[in-house]
Amino acid sequence: MFSETRKNDHLLLLLFAIVTLAGPILLAPLGAGYPDLLQRFCIFGIFAIGFNILFGLTGYLSFGHAAFLGVGSYSAVWMFKLLTMNVIPALILAVLIAGLFSLLIGYISLRRSGIYFSILTLAFAQMSFSLAYSVLTPITNGETGLQLSLKDPRILDATNTSGSLPSTNLFGLTMNSTAKVDFLGMTLQFNIGFYFCAIMLIIAFYISMRIFRSPFGLMLRAIKTNQTRLNYTGINTRPYTLAAFVISGMYAGLAGGLMACTDPLAGAERMQWTASGEVVLMTILGGAGTLLGPVLGAGFIKYFENIFSKINDNVLHNTFAFLPDGLEDFVVSILHVFVGKGWHLTLGVLFMMVVIFLPGGLIEGANRILSWLRTRGKAGDNTAESKETTTTKTAVNPAE
Amino acid sequence: MSKQFTRRGVLKTGAAVSAGLAMPTIFTSSASAYMNEPKGATVTLGFNVPQSGPYADEGADELRAYKLAVEHLNGGGDGGMMKTFSSKALKGNGILGKKVAYVTGDTQTKSDAARASAKSMIEKDGAVMITGGSSSGVAIAVQGLCQEAGVIFMAGLTHSNDTTGKDKKANGFRHFFNGQMSASALAPVLEKNYGKDRKAYHLTADYTWGWTQQKSIAAATEAMGWQTVKNVLTPLATTDFSSYIAPVLNSGADVLVLNHYGGNMINSLTSAVQFGLRDKQVNGKNFEIVVPLYSRLMARGAGKNVKGIFGSTNWHWSLSDEGSKAFVKSFGEKYGFPPSQAAHTCYCQTLLYADAVERAGTFNPCGVAEALEGFKFDGLGNGPVEYRKEDHQCFKDVIVVKGKEKPTSQFDVLEVVEVTPRAQVEYPVDHPMFAGGNLGKCNSGA
Repeated sequence: MFSETRKNDHLLLLLFAIVTLAGPILLAPLGAGYPDLLQRFCIFGIFAIGFNILFGLTGYLSFGHAAFLGVGSYSAVWMFKLLTMNVIPALILAVLIAGLFSLLIGYISLRRSGIYFSILTLAFAQMSFSLAYSVLTPITNGETGLQLSLKDPRILDATNTSGSLPSTNLFGLTMNSTAKVDFLGMTLQFNIGFYFCAIMLIIAFYISMRIFRSPFGLMLRAIKTNQTRLNYTGINTRPYTLAAFVISGMYAGLAGGLMACTDPLAGAERMQWTASGEVVLMTILGGAGTLLGPVLGAGFIKYFENIFSKINDNVLHNTFAFLPDGLEDFVVSILHVFVGKGWHLTLGVLFMMVVIFLPGGLIEGANRILSWLRTRGKAGDNTAESKETTTTKTAVNPAE
Repeated sequence: MSKQFTRRGVLKTGAAVSAGLAMPTIFTSSASAYMNEPKGATVTLGFNVPQSGPYADEGADELRAYKLAVEHLNGGGDGGMMKTFSSKALKGNGILGKKVAYVTGDTQTKSDAARASAKSMIEKDGAVMITGGSSSGVAIAVQGLCQEAGVIFMAGLTHSNDTTGKDKKANGFRHFFNGQMSASALAPVLEKNYGKDRKAYHLTADYTWGWTQQKSIAAATEAMGWQTVKNVLTPLATTDFSSYIAPVLNSGADVLVLNHYGGNMINSLTSAVQFGLRDKQVNGKNFEIVVPLYSRLMARGAGKNVKGIFGSTNWHWSLSDEGSKAFVKSFGEKYGFPPSQAAHTCYCQTLLYADAVERAGTFNPCGVAEALEGFKFDGLGNGPVEYRKEDHQCFKDVIVVKGKEKPTSQFDVLEVVEVTPRAQVEYPVDHPMFAGGNLGKCNSGA
């Protein structure tokens, strides 16, 4: 399933859809089965998939993608304020505005490549952050963040008489309604907002898969491999890179819009350079240029941020209560550095190990394990035929 | 084949589909009467404080106070202000017989992070009340979230007029005072000490708190004859203020008002002193600096630079009423130093919430809100206090302080100049600085 060849695309998509939709059940034992985090997995999954279309395929490393995410959020919240609480117009506007914005930034930044391109995008993103943070306060509400208020016009919605803020909805289906089911001592939470994000993620994944397999995708890979040679053969690469840049900007806009749909507030911090760096980490950790990698990386980082960071000394003491007292304190004092506030440290170590030992990211790790299992399983037969298939299969992988 | 989509038709279908899909939700949520109803032997409170960013010092002190309050509620320690509190509903056996447990989160002084953290407390840990925050931007964002989710929000240190003004919410309550009260309390003291003919230059933190406090201070000082020369907004993340201080010298102003708090105030005051502002003579008068919102933690951070500088505060540990003494004693015994005003307001808020639950006999946010509205109490260190029903703001005396000339210890850096009585700082609900808000109706999340 990880080999990502063209022939098992449908199987991959099916498996991906099943795993995504079963998220609340699969992640509940890991303590991550609550709606807010599940939604974040999907949203950042979309963000990373989009980033991967630019970075994974063309090799252009953008350090400013958070700007498009922020623009998407602001557009969506404005749509909620002015037009309607329905999420569809908000998402459409978010994607459109982010697309326009990325067209502008991409048009300028793509005149350079390599490190200069990265610096240009970084500069643009920081500029947008500063604009949102202070200069454009009437539009963005600065540090406080753009929020809904009872006085907003919302011209398409019926007049609100309840005295409380309306919730975002999909034709009446409110995003924050959750069905709780008790199952094996756990409470499973099935949330509408999560399923909406999950379906968006699956669609985003499918589109990215089609791009990967298309002639356009092939051209993008050619740009990554050797842009100069393409230029010498008379091909103008600029339109291709710009298209990839705009597509990934629109993905970011969609992610930003979804963030606003699940929680109708847009803050300037989500445009800061740290947020742009995060998506780079996600993509590289998972495996740049692979289909599944970015989603995996996004899930990993968000899990660390939300779950690992909550482990405190109390939890550790409970976990190691079976050890003798002195030893328990010793183990806890060592682990203390790596959990709670130290989750960045753990993530950093993990990231370094992945980059050094698995340059292809977590996906490469999974592939290695799978192929090792396969060779071991077939070693018993010891027939020439099975060896041959294994070699052909592994030979297919590097091409992907 | 032609299909006609009418707006009415689409809406009808949408409503029907959503009603069908919402059915399971209705069945399952009927098990709880309200959001996160505590069913076991414990009740979980969510303490959402900044553990990083410019207000991290305040956040750390708030967390200490919360832990102390939980200890006292569960019957541990010496009971602190529970003994001096005028309401005797709390018995030291938890809240409504349920042991108090808590979860903590880091707001990072960012609205986004604070909401994510509060959301995970509500959804994952089942917190029935969220409290904390050391920035009004964060407090307003989290207050909005709690209103939508259907839990009570007991605001921590938030001083913006908007928290109980433009952005007030039925589920949110604030014990701390606000920019308007600071202005009403400070203005007479400033007039007495610096005269009626002054030119003020404002440096203001660029977010809701800075904006509203600056407006209130400017209005109050202009009413007594001062001029406002200029107001410059500084981003919250600024650490080097020298480029903002330099223009003050040439502006013709003779008073600098620093609408800054926490790390911001420490940095801006330090650079103002380094630029020699306090030794300057402008318009034939000594140049003066005013810090409208003071805290001991900041005063300590700024060191000797705060000497003689006026400001206001919600509470100070050197107050000699029974409540303050009891709180300082139990806080000091546990942590080895006196509490800050942030710690005090957070401790009070936890006790006030617990007390309201006991009196209401339920954790239901609507019942608790009703118990808090119009509640009059005493013995929590501020004298008689009232939670005003119309905007969920506490009204009480405001303390005007001054940086001490001869501090005796690193904690003894502020001296109380005047206790401004409640009547002088009270304002009507429809005051223009607080206009545009609507409490809405309480939401129990059911």
